[in-house]
Amino acid sequence: MTDHSYNFAYLDEQTKRMIRRAILKAVAVPGYQVPFASREMPMPYGWGTGGVQVTAACLVPEDVLKVIDQGADDTTNAVSIRKFFQRTAGVATTVATAEATVIQTRHRIPEQPLTAGQILVYQVPIPEPLRFLEPRETETRKMHALEEYGLMHVKLYEDIARHGSIATAYAYPVRVEGRYVMDPSPIPKFDNPKLSDSPALQLFGAGREQRIYALPPFTRVVSLDFEDHSFHASKAPHDCDLCGASESYLDEVITDDAGNRMFVCSDTDFCRTRREAGHVGRLGKTAGGGA
Amino acid sequence: MYVAVKGGERAIDNAHAFLAEERRGDPAVAELGTDQIREQLRLAVNRVMAEGSLYDPDLAALAIKQARGDLIEAVFLIRAYRTTLPRFGAARPVATGTMACTRRISATFKDAPGGQILGPTFDYTHRLLDFKLAAEGGAVPDAPMQPAPSASLPHITTFLNRDGLIETAPPTDDTPPDLTREPMELPASRALRLQALSRGDEGFLLSLAYSTQRGYGRTHAFVGELRIGTVAVELDIPELGFAVEIGEVELTECETVNQFKGSKTEPPQFTRGYGLTFGQTERKAIAMSLVDRALRWQELGEDHTGAPAQDEEFVLMHADNVQATGFLEHIKLPHYVDFQSELELIRKLRAEVMAAQAEAAE
Amino acid sequence: MTPDALTGGFPDAPRNAARAFRAILDALSRPGEIVTLSGATPPAPLSQAAGVLVLTLADSTTPVHLAGATDCPALRDWITFHTGAPLVGAADAAFAIGRWDDLQPVSRFAVGTQDYPDRSATLIVEMPGLAASGSALSGPGIAGTALLSLPETEAFLLNNSLFPLGYDCFFTQGDSLAGLPRSTQVRAV
Repeated sequence: MTDHSYNFAYLDEQTKRMIRRAILKAVAVPGYQVPFASREMPMPYGWGTGGVQVTAACLVPEDVLKVIDQGADDTTNAVSIRKFFQRTAGVATTVATAEATVIQTRHRIPEQPLTAGQILVYQVPIPEPLRFLEPRETETRKMHALEEYGLMHVKLYEDIARHGSIATAYAYPVRVEGRYVMDPSPIPKFDNPKLSDSPALQLFGAGREQRIYALPPFTRVVSLDFEDHSFHASKAPHDCDLCGASESYLDEVITDDAGNRMFVCSDTDFCRTRREAGHVGRLGKTAGGGA
Repeated sequence: MYVAVKGGERAIDNAHAFLAEERRGDPAVAELGTDQIREQLRLAVNRVMAEGSLYDPDLAALAIKQARGDLIEAVFLIRAYRTTLPRFGAARPVATGTMACTRRISATFKDAPGGQILGPTFDYTHRLLDFKLAAEGGAVPDAPMQPAPSASLPHITTFLNRDGLIETAPPTDDTPPDLTREPMELPASRALRLQALSRGDEGFLLSLAYSTQRGYGRTHAFVGELRIGTVAVELDIPELGFAVEIGEVELTECETVNQFKGSKTEPPQFTRGYGLTFGQTERKAIAMSLVDRALRWQELGEDHTGAPAQDEEFVLMHADNVQATGFLEHIKLPHYVDFQSELELIRKLRAEVMAAQAEAAE
Repeated sequence: MTPDALTGGFPDAPRNAARAFRAILDALSRPGEIVTLSGATPPAPLSQAAGVLVLTLADSTTPVHLAGATDCPALRDWITFHTGAPLVGAADAAFAIGRWDDLQPVSRFAVGTQDYPDRSATLIVEMPGLAASGSALSGPGIAGTALLSLPETEAFLLNNSLFPLGYDCFFTQGDSLAGLPRSTQVRAV
């Protein structure tokens, strides 16, 4: 049920227009961070206000919304954001990736390939991929304008010199259509290949930092690397202990005081769907058995 | 409609119920009224109004009650409410020269037309705990009254102005930028900086201002004038063709007088730092005027000494406590996916080093 | 004010605008795809699609330029009443509306700056017809190649060569709308 004391999807129409214009410019210049006048939301900065504003500007009453945090639908912040839109937009919600028309995410891309007509909205804490190399906005803006990405390559190469490989495991920088270097939000680099050539529209919202950027469908996205040190999307070298999946990103769960651990899919919907289809992992029971 | 209801949802509901109970405290103790907060914790109310950018003492009092006295949380509640309010127009600039002052002091002149008015200040109190306040119901004797000055009190800096000893700031009709409506763009104009400072965190500005006094971007500031009082707020009504007074607000205004050695184009003269905040919030207003002055180094042709208070981007991007607290506290949220990827990386790097060491040992 | 100015707006702005934006977003994210816009009825000569787009995106913060036949009292009043958008010359426009010929020369429109390529105009081009045929489009948003009946190719080739600068276009006819962001490469076939 919609809470009628608020406008549809919470934001006032003028704010939505402003965000919508920013989203369109972001789509027109893939990977470029469009400044927008982010509003104070009824949840704290850093907790998804950018994603929430982008989702609010995109939602239609007919949408089916899925919200995940760390790949899971039942993490507390995902629950809180889903509830917010149930209350203010009255949209249907789902945990099934395939049923969702809009998916808001923090830190993961769903395992199940996205389809045309779906929108994936990322919550972004620090949208500037160069920020940790150069803290000044005035400088990084110039670097993007002049396509001066040497600093980023130097940093990655220093990693290789010191550690033998690039020591960035998440928020791994990408180059969009050969032009803008972009922060894919803190997804594990395992998810990076899914950014490229996706049939779905991908939108990125950073509320506190007041930036929106986008990857239209079928946009070429390349993880930065070197000829002699090519990018590798890594994950824990295990299968899911519940559903047996070998190709999904895994969470490591410590199961007892002796330090025993199990590995389970971080994408809860993916794991559930597999178990319902009869797949069983090392420690799993079928979904009916209540694993 | 399938709705995901799992542990998370129940945990949140239960936490909210627990919070409500804790907020109320011992039910045997009378509940605090928002009118009591508004009247008796007025400086807290003022701070919430100043940093919340919303002049409404009743709502600020409610926010303080709801936030259990956490003033940054209260500021956040006010800000989130403020963004939902429709805008009917912009007021005319308030005329602080016609302020009905309850306090007006100058550190630069022993006396000035209109006189020094101490007003309700802690300044000369002895900071001794007053145990009488712990007892209930003590009537407060009336403070002596004096008729308000009939003429408006001129700004002290206008006296220096007359001799050309202080820079002038001519009025303009430019519409100031509004960082609540447009994304922050750097470098910022002074008007935008002042808006950001005015709603910035009092503690942050206090420390920055203090750092300039200790030499990190020193500006040799004197309080030219600090005045606190009420001013009328007027709104132009296009249909009427004139301005209508829609209410009044209490403000604190601080103008500092700062040494300036002169530049290639300007003779030596005094310069100004400016602070303006809602309510009686004088620590904030003074700090604001010091930071404002420190940020003006470039325009005045002064040296950039690398001091934090001179660094516009550093100051403006970190002054907002609602932004800061949100981002700081978000690291409480689950990050296990990122952490997992770091775990894998560390394991891989360690394995490589161990293997290399083992090989070297053979 | 012309009598039509007060009518033809969104009956349920939050929902009408939401559905319209989603279609507009689809169109710009998938150049070549033709979507349908409804919810508002602007006065002639503006197409329904262009009228809905204006109500969805324009307001007092976005200057609008009316070119050719669209620069008429009925439309001026309608846009002013429903959006509050200031009507301006081509160089200052966030949105420009007109037939392709009336929008010439398009070099007048803002293409953004290297620092802020988003500060560019969006052209709403009223078309005699709109079909998935004609010029070949490729680039972001397009799997392989798409076809769209563009008014010409030369101007869009030039616009794309400015990337990341450039203006962005919507083509409208009746209730139909297609998008062409500056990122799209255009080829005559």
